[in-house]
Amino acid sequence: MSAKPESAVARNVAAFFTELRRIYSADQILTNNAQLAPYESDGLTSFRARPCGVVLPETQQEVIDTVKLCHRFEMPFIARGSGTSLSGGSVPIEDGLVIAMNRLNRILRYDAQQRVAVVEPGVINLKVSQHVAADSLYYAPDPSSGPVCTIGGNVAFNSGGAHCLKYGMTSNHVLGIKVVLPDGEIVELGGDSLESVGPDLTGMFIGSEGLFGVALEVTLRLLPKPEKYYTLQAAYDSLEKAGNAVAMVIASRLLPGAMEIMDRLSMDAAEAASAAGYPKDAKAILIVELEGTTDEVEAEKPLLHRVIEESGAYIVEAARDEEHRLKIWKGRKSAFSAVGRLSPDFIVQDGVVPRTKLAEALAEIDRLSEKYKIRVANVFHAGDGNLHPLVMFDGREEGALHKAEELSGEIIRLCIRLGGSITGEHGVGLEKKMYLGEMYGEDDIEFMHQLARSIDPLELSNRGKKLPSAVPPALLTRGAHPLETAGVIFRD
Amino acid sequence: MHKPVSIDELQDIIRSAEKVRACGAGTKPALSRDATLTTTGLTGILEYEPSEYTFTALAGTPLSEIRDALAKNGQLFPFDPPFVEAGATIGGTTASGLSGPGRFRYGGIRDFILGVKMVTGEGRVVFGGGKVVKNAAGFDIPKLVTGSLGRMGVLVELTFKVFPIPETWTTIRADFSDIGQASAAMIRLAMSQQELQCLDLEPPGRVWLRIGGLSGAVAVRTERVRTLLQNGDSSVNVETFSDEDDVKLWSYAREFRWVSDNQSLMKMPISPTQVTLVEKLIGQSDFESTRRYSVGGNVLWLAVPRTVTGEAIDQLCQQLGRPALALTGSWSDPQRGARHGHVFAGRLLSVFDPGSRFLMSPTA
Ligand SMILES: Cc1cc2nc3c(=O)[nH]c(=O)nc-3n(C[C@H](O)[C@H](O)[C@H](O)COP(=O)(O)OP(=O)(O)OC[C@H]3O[C@@H](n4cnc5c(N)ncnc54)[C@H](O)[C@@H]3O)c2cc1C
Repeated sequence: MSAKPESAVARNVAAFFTELRRIYSADQILTNNAQLAPYESDGLTSFRARPCGVVLPETQQEVIDTVKLCHRFEMPFIARGSGTSLSGGSVPIEDGLVIAMNRLNRILRYDAQQRVAVVEPGVINLKVSQHVAADSLYYAPDPSSGPVCTIGGNVAFNSGGAHCLKYGMTSNHVLGIKVVLPDGEIVELGGDSLESVGPDLTGMFIGSEGLFGVALEVTLRLLPKPEKYYTLQAAYDSLEKAGNAVAMVIASRLLPGAMEIMDRLSMDAAEAASAAGYPKDAKAILIVELEGTTDEVEAEKPLLHRVIEESGAYIVEAARDEEHRLKIWKGRKSAFSAVGRLSPDFIVQDGVVPRTKLAEALAEIDRLSEKYKIRVANVFHAGDGNLHPLVMFDGREEGALHKAEELSGEIIRLCIRLGGSITGEHGVGLEKKMYLGEMYGEDDIEFMHQLARSIDPLELSNRGKKLPSAVPPALLTRGAHPLETAGVIFRD
Repeated sequence: MHKPVSIDELQDIIRSAEKVRACGAGTKPALSRDATLTTTGLTGILEYEPSEYTFTALAGTPLSEIRDALAKNGQLFPFDPPFVEAGATIGGTTASGLSGPGRFRYGGIRDFILGVKMVTGEGRVVFGGGKVVKNAAGFDIPKLVTGSLGRMGVLVELTFKVFPIPETWTTIRADFSDIGQASAAMIRLAMSQQELQCLDLEPPGRVWLRIGGLSGAVAVRTERVRTLLQNGDSSVNVETFSDEDDVKLWSYAREFRWVSDNQSLMKMPISPTQVTLVEKLIGQSDFESTRRYSVGGNVLWLAVPRTVTGEAIDQLCQQLGRPALALTGSWSDPQRGARHGHVFAGRLLSVFDPGSRFLMSPTA
């Protein structure tokens, strides 16, 4: 089916807004330039586009009516959460409509006995855990942007965090979703039980990056909070040793909640930002966190210490108390934003490699960094093989961005070559879609296009994202998210 | 029955047939009754790297073969698949979306599937997902095909995430005087921080739990669980089982040895807070049944006499607002009750199977 939405929209834009005003009160529709500016970009800041307007629905019905209207007028639209996407995923469609979901932020149902919460998509990630904390429950996925990002955005990207090794990503914690499809049809996917019958439609929706319509209600699975955490930080004189330590922990049959590595450059950055007190000569820091019942964690401790000792760590420091533990995590979680202190701009990559190829990948990134004469800091979810190389550059320098992008591209290709993925948790968005075809075959990409069109033949919902079709808009520059600079959120 | 041994052969079979229904070893007869082809010719573990926590196997590979390979390296299926001893294959288990009691701890089969290679209704080979434990690229086709009952395509190759085997296991059994108390205890334990591997309820009043972990901690953990179970009432009888007894008890549950030959087995996803209501409704129905609630009350395994009709099951589904899936017995349609999201599924099906090759006409 071929679509001619642009022409249709051009003819009908005035009529479209007349209809829109029947759905919303005047203050729920933004159209002037100053109002639109904050919606032009996202956490990546490299891509920009000007929407024709932004609506601020307060009810699900308003969202449904809006989607139906967009369908009638062939007006492309994008649902937007907090705009923290790191892959250009929430950049608006030029002259399309932005449906800002932030006011749909109610927790509709919470059942502690069932360990389930039904929330609207504009609910902030961290709010869920806060809401259920009194019952010692929590919502496991913990992206570093948790204090600001929304459940709707998490669902669209299948977001992760530092604790994915044991409990998985967003899709492992969502049981059901109510969706308005791009033509206004309402569907209920999944339910509120951990089990289901029939194809896993909930799982299929998660990670679809807004291409399958707008989530209206999300049913979340809650877990009992671990009774005890035991967090230790080990220093190594080489990055390779830290990487091998991860393999040794895995081989020991321990299953930590998190295993994270920071290299020297990211430690320097963190040091510059907050005097975190990392060992001066360490080439890498490994953070391992055990979690579980007190008795189990106590029994695991000596085993973990033995493994870490054997792995050649020369300083091992365990968190003395909760405060110390949070300090260790703060150092880790703020490393990204801290890199802003070392370099005016940086690109963050999100590729995954098989855990056994970690050392190889890191050595190769090192080599590339030398070849391009560009500094690359590494902070990563080592337990999952999920790298977050930070490619530093100065956007004011002629050609610097281009060179940094070339290096980033080589890193992405390296991940594909080693049998991994181009993205572990930040999504494809606009930024990585040209690489999707290298990870999957042409036929697979065509198949994905067909799937997307089966749901949305007019390609109205978040058109141009995720799948390699349109040419991405020119990159401008990349740097810290304004909220990062303000220290509100941290990049993971 | 066709038994392709290569993907090319499978494509040819699909392209030249009017209707295709794949099965594995046929351990769930309600789902494989009309099968026209078996994947048991596509067998073998293709890749297994213990330090990656991942393996890739052909769809017809018996679960037992994979389980043994994993066990040699101290690993297991975290979703604890059923019918392992009966000979179930990894492909059939995925297509039927089945997990066992151990899924309580970390998640079900849909949580551990990473990648799939499959052949669609048009004979196209499609690859979805990846081979690493974390991947956000592309659509999550591996999850979609989990539970798809052969409607989306014939699964050929599957990649899963696995976990280490706990050093020791202990089973705890508690007997309560009625379903209300038993179900309350189950919910109490599910909300607790005890990190149980399994949590089942056998009506009217028996709760089964399993603890896994380091041997040094098991005794203390068992005591804490006992305290929580009794909740101040020492008349609640609590027994523990270890070693072989422990293994046998869960194998009995997982393999459905408690279901007799003249019963049909159904899976019904429910909510833990519905258990007492289910017991009441079933008490009022005009058929006898054997039941076991698993995964902390999130699933009811219901064994009914072969004579029970689909309409009777539909009625129960309607009363509870839940679907059901028949695994054994003879049913016009093994999927009972309402189907959520069929509009969404239908659109995707128009791509996976445009000619409805995988849609079998219901038989009475
Ligand atoms: C400092 C920083 C740290 C970060 N750390 C992490 C991390 O640790 N792990 C991680 O995985 N990510 C991380 N991210 C990325 C980002 O926070 C996540 O992708 C997050 O899920 C986006 O949520 P959001 O509400 O900002 O969504 P947006 O950016 O507003 O939108 C993201 C996508 O979701 C879609 N969407 C939003 N709402 C809906 C809805 N209701 N229905 C359908 N689609 C919808 C949008 O169309 C868009 O495609 C980080 C980002 C920043 C800036």
